[in-house]
Amino acid sequence: MAIVSVGPLGNHAIGPFRIRIETDGENVRSGHPEVGLLHRGIEKIAERMTWAGFVPYTDRVDYVSSVHGNLAYALAVERLAGIEVPERASRIRVIATELGRIGSHLLALGAMADVLGHRTFFMFALRERERANNLFEMLAGARLTHSYARIGGVAFDITEGFVEKTREFLEYIETKIPEYSDLLFGGDLFRERLSGLAPVSSPLAIQAGLTGPNLRASGLKRDVRKDDPYCGYERLDFGVPVGAGESGTQGDALDRVRVRLREISESSDIVRQALKGIPEGSFQSPIPRLFRAPEGEACASVESPRGTLSVYVRSSGGRGPRRVRFRAPSFSVLSLFPGILTGAQLSDVAAIVSSFDVCASEVDR
Amino acid sequence: MTRKRYEMGILENALPEYAVFSRLDRLISWARENSIAYLTMDLACCGVEMLQVSGGRFDIERFGSVPQVSPRHADLMIVAGTITYKMAPLLRRLYGEMPLPKYVLSMGSCSNCGGLFSWEYSYSSVSGADKIIPVDVFVPGCPPRPEAVLHGLLALRKRIASRHAAVREEAPGEWGKERAVK
Repeated sequence: MAIVSVGPLGNHAIGPFRIRIETDGENVRSGHPEVGLLHRGIEKIAERMTWAGFVPYTDRVDYVSSVHGNLAYALAVERLAGIEVPERASRIRVIATELGRIGSHLLALGAMADVLGHRTFFMFALRERERANNLFEMLAGARLTHSYARIGGVAFDITEGFVEKTREFLEYIETKIPEYSDLLFGGDLFRERLSGLAPVSSPLAIQAGLTGPNLRASGLKRDVRKDDPYCGYERLDFGVPVGAGESGTQGDALDRVRVRLREISESSDIVRQALKGIPEGSFQSPIPRLFRAPEGEACASVESPRGTLSVYVRSSGGRGPRRVRFRAPSFSVLSLFPGILTGAQLSDVAAIVSSFDVCASEVDR
Repeated sequence: MTRKRYEMGILENALPEYAVFSRLDRLISWARENSIAYLTMDLACCGVEMLQVSGGRFDIERFGSVPQVSPRHADLMIVAGTITYKMAPLLRRLYGEMPLPKYVLSMGSCSNCGGLFSWEYSYSSVSGADKIIPVDVFVPGCPPRPEAVLHGLLALRKRIASRHAAVREEAPGEWGKERAVK
């Protein structure tokens, strides 16, 4: 028996994330995820920040699509303080979060391809992500950690030319999706390596608390945007892709990859609808400079690219939160690993972990 | 034709073919600065931007730099992200495993000085990579734009070119003696 460490660096997860594996020849006897390599104490920092001052830290909870972290926090604080968000702000939030989802899924697919040695698609994914980043730069002035969704609205109004540029991007990505579908699933590489790999049945997925694409790959149609709509998602028409088990086993790694690719086209559909009628009005409801939330607690959930990202905030009536807690979707995935890695091939470990799209900063916070 | 920076040149028509002349240390640093393989210390948010640098748009490979995942094959360590107390020993160990000469580029506020997660705010992160390993170039930003990383790389290349590289280089102080011991 030898102990092999997968990580902490590498493309199997985003950020430093280590899995300690006890091997039995080429097979895995047991695998234990090791968390905490990126524990930065974000929740503790919240206790000494003002309400608005904590917004940049919510970027860094899930930095691949940072606007989801902003949004979850903003929704929770708005719920606590009873702030009405203008229609225009909600609509811009939908556009921003869906663009963030496209960017995040592209990176997830690219990393998956890179783990399998499909370097071409990795480069393609980075190229498309650049375009999404450009749009964010137009919107918020930053590429990655844009504290865009703020309490009471968004940071800036949409800039001139943003709508046209976004339409251009959507057209581009929609023509690219069939090509990528061909590139990924037309050849043998993904099919042979990923079909039947690490299947998660729907009871197991619920037991482990999976959410997001990982849960939907098991065939369950659960989505916060449908079940508990926020920001006016109930008025938008979109589908929720689920894993159909085309390759034989439902909920296997190939299904998880497929669901992500389909979600990109769903997201682009949502953005297209949202762009149609952006309501006039303010993009930010007036918030006093010394904002104090009333005493109490509130919770809000959003559908982040990795699953349900929930934020719980408690206030004691002060200028900052008393407690902020993040319920991160990637953390639930970890409980699956000891079971799912046992008996797997050592060479498949990185592929299995990558197919769940684990983001280390979300796990550790 | 003489390139001033390297004090190198080509002597034409004096010899049957041609001869390249230079000082040995200039030649060595010329070779070194044009093939920097960097170790991707993908620690946090900056890691995503570091990925983008190697992507098609910014294309760090036109400067002869390629990403490496093994410290044994790396000349440069790009520390991209927050260094937590749990990660710090691993970072130092990986730095020790890199062959000489080795350089460190600190990318982003977290590894420059702690940034958003400096000791004033976070109880679990190291306030800067220079607290644990010697840093050659600091690139500011949270996260820095990929262009800024390229600029940092060019600054490092200048620094390498200006060193007397033929003298066997040791990393400063105790760092040179650091070996991969757990």
